[in-house]
Amino acid sequence: MNHSQSSEKFLRDKQRTGWHDASLWFVREKRDAVAKAVPEWETLRTLASEIKQQVLSDLDQYLISFEKNAQKNGVHVHWARDGKTHNEIVFNILQKHHARSLVKSKSMLTEECGLNEFLLANDIEVIDTDLGERIVQLAEEPPSHIVMPAIHKKKAEIGELFHQTIGTEKGNSDPAYLTEAARQHLREKFLRAEAALTGVNFAIAETGGVVVCTNEGNADMGVHLAPLQIHSMGIEKILPRAEHLGIFLRLLARSATGQLLTTYTSHYHRPKPGGEMHIIIVDNGRSEQLGQEKFRQSLCCIRCGACMNTCPVYRRSGGHSYGSVIPGPIGSILTPGMPIGGHPDLPFASTLCGSCNDVCPVKIDIHQQLYHWRQHSEIRQAAAPGKKRLMQFAAWLFSHPQAYRLAGKTARLFLRMLPRKAIYHRWNHWGLSRELPVAPRESFREWYDKNEGKK
Amino acid sequence: MKVALFVPCYIDQFYPQVAIATLQLLRKLEITVDFPREQTCCGQPIANAGYEHYTAATVRNFCESFSGYDYIVGPSGSCVFHVKHHFHGEANKAGIEQIQKNIYELSEFLTDVLKVEKIDAQFPEKVGLHQSCHGLRGLRLGNSSEQVVAQYSKTRRLLEMVEGLQLVDLDRPDECCGFGGTFAVSQAAMSTRIGEDRIADHQRNGAAVITATDMSCLMHLDGLLRRQKSNIRVMHFAEILNGATS
Ligand code: SF4
Repeated sequence: MNHSQSSEKFLRDKQRTGWHDASLWFVREKRDAVAKAVPEWETLRTLASEIKQQVLSDLDQYLISFEKNAQKNGVHVHWARDGKTHNEIVFNILQKHHARSLVKSKSMLTEECGLNEFLLANDIEVIDTDLGERIVQLAEEPPSHIVMPAIHKKKAEIGELFHQTIGTEKGNSDPAYLTEAARQHLREKFLRAEAALTGVNFAIAETGGVVVCTNEGNADMGVHLAPLQIHSMGIEKILPRAEHLGIFLRLLARSATGQLLTTYTSHYHRPKPGGEMHIIIVDNGRSEQLGQEKFRQSLCCIRCGACMNTCPVYRRSGGHSYGSVIPGPIGSILTPGMPIGGHPDLPFASTLCGSCNDVCPVKIDIHQQLYHWRQHSEIRQAAAPGKKRLMQFAAWLFSHPQAYRLAGKTARLFLRMLPRKAIYHRWNHWGLSRELPVAPRESFREWYDKNEGKK
Repeated sequence: MKVALFVPCYIDQFYPQVAIATLQLLRKLEITVDFPREQTCCGQPIANAGYEHYTAATVRNFCESFSGYDYIVGPSGSCVFHVKHHFHGEANKAGIEQIQKNIYELSEFLTDVLKVEKIDAQFPEKVGLHQSCHGLRGLRLGNSSEQVVAQYSKTRRLLEMVEGLQLVDLDRPDECCGFGGTFAVSQAAMSTRIGEDRIADHQRNGAAVITATDMSCLMHLDGLLRRQKSNIRVMHFAEILNGATS
């Protein structure tokens, strides 16, 4: 399947498509309102972009000093080349501590590595503790959005899911009731957990600490209750200094959900008394992406999800239609270069409207990268097999003005003469829902020659 | 001032009235305009489909046609954006750079070069301005709703000079129309849905006419409108500025 096909399936439910579009547009508008209340917004974006790019250009040095500083604080630092290595490191740490249960707070990286499946197969209980993550985990689905993993689910569907999985009352989909039920259900998991794992929003090279932003306090709850804490981060999460958080935290929460700040911003620097703290630094294709000049900037991403909320295609096709861990515009430029799976035609799942560029808090040139990825032969093939000949012909035509004029004249003649049935058939994808333009007798050029008396 | 008129291929073939309006409008502003006859297409549809490497000869033809002019003016933000930002090549680097410097989308040319302050036209209609994405975010013909900057729109400002014309406010001021070039056929269902939503916004807010800097967006919207048998019409903004009667 490709994105074109999966989105067509999503679009068949017109009402749901409208609902999904409106839910995400609502978030986009919330973002607009709070961004516009910050007069220096564009300056913040520029600073953030420059800091991130500087980090990328000296990434090796920053990572080494981050490791050194973390170790000074008594943290165990691990390096994982790929997802598999990451999962094994987690498993080994758990084994050493005889831990059989793990509570996780939101981490797209562990989705990317397939950690849950790996641990479950090794008899470890893994519980996602972010409400949205827990919902999709109970539904046995992947997240459809990187910030709001269950945004594709309606209230009533969540009510039914909770009824079937955690025994809430049938037919009750009152959000307050469901949230409370989830809270009770999770509390019991938190109390029993022997280890906690979180993702990382920012890793500070200067201090060796990591920062995690949540709205539910679930990262803290996990880390504080379990004796063992693990933080998994991609190599690109580095910020040079703690003071840079002043820029990034403001941008992140506003861009993500239209909040001024996430409810909890947790800073972890060292193990708690009697506890143990591990940080796993994961590459999984990132250094390769870093080596590609045209695509390097994609590593500046702070995973705010704003490009999804603004994307006219994402809003009307849902995250699952991308078939990738990270959906939406940023997913479409990360997926082709990284081992994270996804439909092969993702760079074509865009109208190139450029809204993602303008909304992105770190100014990633998503629109240009989509264009560059399209130039890869496997990608363009996946999007529209058999187009090569047509494109070759068009290119020939456009470089032969006389042939172009003749072809135009002929095409217009056909459009005027042919019976409707010969033009509007199922292979004419334009005509399935749209009329073709009315072909005029004269092209502009013909008009010009006639009226301006030139030949 | 030597000015060349760039007429994108689909305007040449399907919307000659838009090119005529552009030509006449520029003449009214006392500009002498040439129409280089050997021009064809900028190659954007091929390049956006992932076949940029086939377009070298098309780019060459474009550059040959338009070399030696002080300004190149085209009534299409999207094609001008493509020329300005995607043309490249070692063979004719200097020529390409010259063209990229000299090419202007129409409302940009009227605003930044001619500094037009007055338009002699009437159009007593409720008009919805569709802000075509490549012109808006690519050429910065106006601020996008995502940006936190002072509000401006070159196209809107020009339309506001037209007597009787009433611009309607849209719920989503700059949502894409869903055309997207070959996207319109490779993702026909998606393209259609985005377009229908766009039309609904204009309709809800009382537009009788939808205008834009790009006829390609309007071709898509018009295709949908005519299929729906809607009363809403589309019209390129050059036609309105040139004094088209409603
Ligand atoms: S690409 Fe930009 S907008 Fe999209 S998730 Fe990353 S930081 Fe946010």
